[in-house]
Amino acid sequence: MTAAGTTAAARTGAAPGPAAPAGGTAPETPGAEAARAVFEATVAADERVEPRDWMPDDYRATLVRQMAQHAHSEIIGMQPEANWITRAPSLRRKAILMAKVQDEAGHGLYLYSAAETLGVSRAELLDKLHSGRQRYSSIFNYPTLTWADVGAIGWLVDGAAITNQVPLCRCSYGPYARAMVRICKEESFHQRQGYELLLALSRGTEAQHAMAQDAVDRWWWPSLMMFGPPDAESSHSDRSMAWKIKRHSNDELRQRFVDICVPQAESLGLTLPDPELAWNEQRGHYDFGAIDWQEFREVLRGNGPCNDQRISQRRRAHEEGAWVREAAAAYAARHRADGRESGERRAGEQSTGRQSTGGPRAAAHGKADA
Amino acid sequence: MALGDDALVLSHRLGEWAGHAPVLEEEVALANIALDLLGQARLLLSLAGDEDELAFLREERAFRNTQLVEQPNGDFARTIARQLYFSVYQELLYGRLAEGGGPFAPIAAKAVKEVAYHRDHAEQWTLRLGDGTEESHRRMAAGLTELWRFTGELFQPVEGLGPDAAATAELEAEWSARITDVLRRATLPLPEGPRHSAWTAGAGRQGLHTEPFGRMLAEMQHLHRSHPGASW
Repeated sequence: MTAAGTTAAARTGAAPGPAAPAGGTAPETPGAEAARAVFEATVAADERVEPRDWMPDDYRATLVRQMAQHAHSEIIGMQPEANWITRAPSLRRKAILMAKVQDEAGHGLYLYSAAETLGVSRAELLDKLHSGRQRYSSIFNYPTLTWADVGAIGWLVDGAAITNQVPLCRCSYGPYARAMVRICKEESFHQRQGYELLLALSRGTEAQHAMAQDAVDRWWWPSLMMFGPPDAESSHSDRSMAWKIKRHSNDELRQRFVDICVPQAESLGLTLPDPELAWNEQRGHYDFGAIDWQEFREVLRGNGPCNDQRISQRRRAHEEGAWVREAAAAYAARHRADGRESGERRAGEQSTGRQSTGGPRAAAHGKADA
Repeated sequence: MALGDDALVLSHRLGEWAGHAPVLEEEVALANIALDLLGQARLLLSLAGDEDELAFLREERAFRNTQLVEQPNGDFARTIARQLYFSVYQELLYGRLAEGGGPFAPIAAKAVKEVAYHRDHAEQWTLRLGDGTEESHRRMAAGLTELWRFTGELFQPVEGLGPDAAATAELEAEWSARITDVLRRATLPLPEGPRHSAWTAGAGRQGLHTEPFGRMLAEMQHLHRSHPGASW
């Protein structure tokens, strides 16, 4: 995966050329009808839309919003878990947790790169995260209070993420679908590790078992909220389904998740904090209690337990790192001309995260976050 | 055990960067280095006993790591300065241990490949910060100077470990030459002043540490110690 490579492809696509269909921002040009027909046929045939292809502005904007939010979630999601790296109770667990947090940074990188194929830059997206104009998953606004939370996040939060993301491996936008294939493999691994962590606690001492139960009690409902509002209130769903960005409704995925979790909780020897949870023979699914949507809205509005903390830490890391990125850019600029070329220079540019992405191309699609 | 403690303690310090790095690529890189070091620590400590018992149940005075690796992260430049000093040392040392036979040889042979990457990473950043902006130059020089007095300890002979006095002197000479070369290319001055404090040279290896180390251990060991006998 090279950011530079995907960026170059997007740039070619943004400039109308003889081989490429008309540019995405000029629907009135002759040939637009034909381009739209190609797009719709591609989606209908379950084939992939690629960066150079013509696509509707709304499709592009929806993808940028969703992929950016997804990337941001990976980056913010590092915090609640990193909170326990220095306190992990065994060296084996510490290694697993470090590897996981590292994977999350890697997932963020894939996803920003994939989003860059749509004509936005990572720097621009990060800026929107830092200024609160783009969101990240509501789940990361909850605190990790005990070691067992690391396990609950692996089992429930990663589990919910996988349920959401596996269908995205067939998403109509090629770069996103391919990123998801890779990410889902690693996420499944994390989820198993989280489950295994909880299992060790559940079968451990009384205090460890209680710690595990308490964590599951606190993370269960927020995990169910990860699937988003009920279908009746989901504003982006219909269009995303029609474009095959989304394959299943929020409620369908939530139900699938509950059905998977109940037997897993049983084999963990832990209970789920929902007295209404019961198998429904008729539906062939578990019934479950009502979600507190008021809490969900509050968290989205910025009033969750950790919203301020998460975004301040992210902003602080970025601001305090500015001099480092500036140094790498200055070094790269100074050594571009002389003989010390290639390897060193490329490393420097990558590290700055600003590989000439701004500029004209970003301006062309600058309205991308609706 | 001394080498295992070095790797364990430095890995812990790098783990503190998670979620705080200046750029995403460095989140990945620092975590990667921390993981390599933790892997080395686990292998080395397992040679000496039970890795978790050794990591979580020893007190400060029983740790044999050098004082260099326990130094707090500070800013990114200080972290890089620590990495540069230590990874050059580790690369040279492990190279010798790998050739020397003995119980460390297989571990050293595996680790030396990882360490070469760590050294390259530290070197590349030393060049960028030293020869970047005025501010980065100033910070990098400060980081190098602040940690300079902890570098002498790296070359105090350690009982039961690898190179004899002559080999250690050779190691030190090679280390100095490498550091001098990197700093020259990075347009940075070689720090002046003593390479160790008035305190006993080689203190860390004897279990004499700096104050921040106790606090680091308190955090690292707290959960494990709160549940005696539990397995995780």
